[in-house]
Amino acid sequence: MIPEIGHLCLFLALAVALAQGVLPLVGAQRGQASWMVLARPLAHWQGLFVAIAFVLLSASFVRNDFSVLYVASNSNSALPLPYRMAAVWGGHEGSLLLWVLMLNLWSVAVARFSARLPLPFAARILAVMGLVSVGFLLFMLLTSNPFDRLIPAAADGRDLNPLLQDPGMVIHPPMLYMGYVGFSVAFAFAIAALLGGNLDAAWARWTRPWTTAAWVFLTFGIGLGSWWAYNELGWGGWWFWDPVENASFMPWLAGTALIHSLAVSEKRGGFKVWTVWLAIVAFSLSLLGTFLVRSGVLSSVHAFATDPRRGLFILGFLVVVIGSSLALFAWRAPKVGLGQRFGLLSRESLLLANNMMLAAACGAVLLGTLYPLFIDALGMGKISVGPPYFDAVFALLMAPLVFVMGIGPLTRWKQDEAAPLVKRLAPALVIALVAALGVGAWAGRITLLTTGGLLMAFWIVASLAVDLKDKLLPAGSSFRQVGHRAGQIPLAMWGMLAAHLGVAAFAFGVAMVKTYETERDVKMGPGDSTEIAGYRFKMTGLREVPGPNYAAMQGTIEVSRGDRVIATLLPEKRIYRVQSNPMTEAAVDSNPLRDLYISMGESLPTGEWIVRVQYKPFIVWIWGGCLMMMAGGVLAMSDRRYRVKKAATAAARDREATA
Amino acid sequence: MNRYLLPLFGFLVLAGFLAFGLKLDPHEVPSPLIDKPAPAFSAAKLSQPDQRVTLGDLKGKAWVLNVWASWCAPCRDEHPLWVAYAKNSPVPIYGLNYKDKNEAGAAWLRQLGNPYAESLTDPDGRIGIDYGVYGVPETFVIDSQGVVRLKHTGPITPAVLRDEIDPLLKRLSQHG
Repeated sequence: MIPEIGHLCLFLALAVALAQGVLPLVGAQRGQASWMVLARPLAHWQGLFVAIAFVLLSASFVRNDFSVLYVASNSNSALPLPYRMAAVWGGHEGSLLLWVLMLNLWSVAVARFSARLPLPFAARILAVMGLVSVGFLLFMLLTSNPFDRLIPAAADGRDLNPLLQDPGMVIHPPMLYMGYVGFSVAFAFAIAALLGGNLDAAWARWTRPWTTAAWVFLTFGIGLGSWWAYNELGWGGWWFWDPVENASFMPWLAGTALIHSLAVSEKRGGFKVWTVWLAIVAFSLSLLGTFLVRSGVLSSVHAFATDPRRGLFILGFLVVVIGSSLALFAWRAPKVGLGQRFGLLSRESLLLANNMMLAAACGAVLLGTLYPLFIDALGMGKISVGPPYFDAVFALLMAPLVFVMGIGPLTRWKQDEAAPLVKRLAPALVIALVAALGVGAWAGRITLLTTGGLLMAFWIVASLAVDLKDKLLPAGSSFRQVGHRAGQIPLAMWGMLAAHLGVAAFAFGVAMVKTYETERDVKMGPGDSTEIAGYRFKMTGLREVPGPNYAAMQGTIEVSRGDRVIATLLPEKRIYRVQSNPMTEAAVDSNPLRDLYISMGESLPTGEWIVRVQYKPFIVWIWGGCLMMMAGGVLAMSDRRYRVKKAATAAARDREATA
Repeated sequence: MNRYLLPLFGFLVLAGFLAFGLKLDPHEVPSPLIDKPAPAFSAAKLSQPDQRVTLGDLKGKAWVLNVWASWCAPCRDEHPLWVAYAKNSPVPIYGLNYKDKNEAGAAWLRQLGNPYAESLTDPDGRIGIDYGVYGVPETFVIDSQGVVRLKHTGPITPAVLRDEIDPLLKRLSQHG
């Protein structure tokens, strides 16, 4: 009975979504307030039905109801409860339901926090989100119903993909989807503004916190995915330029560009057409990612089981959503005026450069990801585009981007002078160069690529320091006022500082790992030892360890430096019983300066194992950098000017209520 | 022309490619071995590990090489097809027990049926490397001259067996 109720809830949600997508939109066009005010309650009702459906699907997993096909395909009675919950989004159908749930969370959030928006604008936004939801609910009901029955029921389930049985994987998809789907809010804001013709600074200010929130989630989701791949895939890589990773990275790049472009739209009323376009593009790339993952068009480790009908449906949906919004853009954008003029050297021009480079990077990733498809479709053979292409293109595009990142925050809006800027920043450049070479000398090897990467990192830090120093301690001021001045810097500025420092930490981590990591594959049995980077690894034991739904071979490896034992690591090779997949559970000893990474490879007939030991300097800085970028986003969106408005509107509402 | 229309046109071209992509199978990678001599090997028999089979022993007659392993779930899916096909197969089917333990492989065949004239063992995956095996199961058709004529990656389906493999084997068994 439970699955049937869940199925029914999806139908009800679809009906509500249709109403939410049509009535407020028509009402807004005709100026009928009675239809526009329907948007908020309808969004709540839709959210309620989708939430019930989601809870009911989870219930089927918790109860091990193997008469539900999706449960039987993705769970097993031996699977621990937390993973049974995570298995809800472990396959195609359930992850779609998660997608729709996230979309509804965002819709409800918009419905709740849009009190200060003009009614027609809020109505249009919620209608656009309702229409997007209609597409996904139809997709689920027509091709991918998670509540389909399996009659007769399976005795037991086929188990969750062992790769997904990891704590990181439990939260990675929800975070990633929150990010993906979050861009639907910026998209809906853009479409609503194009429809209503109210593309102004107020629009940009309303859009900003939502976009930043989505971007924070997406950053977290991508970072978590990378961290998971590092710990779980067993060979110590952290980014693979896999088509599906790229599918999440492209909206991130577009979203990053959007955040910066919105700054210009809010402060100077400029870049409006470009901002709207980026908002459409960021969400379109999220949808494209969904298509790539679920259609089987590209081969990827992440791909879901494919079905041509699904691919066709999403492609049709993509054409309707993206095609119609780009058509709307082509129709309305020419009427959007240009912003204020700005000089060749100004914060606007540098942000424009930032946007161009991010867009180019996004285009390069798109090209590399789809290139095999283009070549195949044109009958020119089968190829694959690998990391060398992406690494090279990225290094080339990031270098000027980071250079501009150092100058931008110090530059005035509208027009600035070159000479004083050069004077302020020249010491930063010198310090960065010395520091980059110094680190290279300390690490024992100076190469062009490392120096380039480190220079980027130190340049960001040094230029931010100059900026901060000028703000806290301007020429001729006294030390006593530093605290006061720090208090006057708006949170958004601290957010920018934190996020840019995050980029520096990230660049530093990448440069150090890429250059100074070492690894060794050795044959090891109990008693054997090996040495890399001054650390000694000794296998002291090898034993079989039973798990709830797997059997594992576990090595005990003692790590010592000099005479001191610093860690005992327990890498495992697991065989999951139901799917018989071997899985490598790497063991990592991590600190901010270096990771020691051990994974078990193949067993040899002699009873020994091929063990891979790796030394990875500063690798956690990569994820630390992501966390700092996120923190920056959170700070930026908690800026006073967003809260003050909210408080003011709340006060206004109270007055209305009492009046 | 309205330059604001450019994104729309760009997207429509992209959508065209994506639609075309739906019809293509990215997993279908042409093997460089097609129409080339099969790589030589010498492998122990699964049934009698003290006896070895070499590529030369199999020349003079077309044969099928099916790469499988007891740990491979898709192999389980395709296995009944081979068991059924082996009853009337015009050519012998050889198994290559890939990166597996002999006991596990033998138990698997006892449980699910043995369609193979003989299973060769490749415990360390060396033969697999020479044959470019990157996903198990894989199936090769090798003619009487020892030339690779067909490679299929992943589990065979009834359609692949009926429309591709069977006609080829019938031709090869008649004309050498």
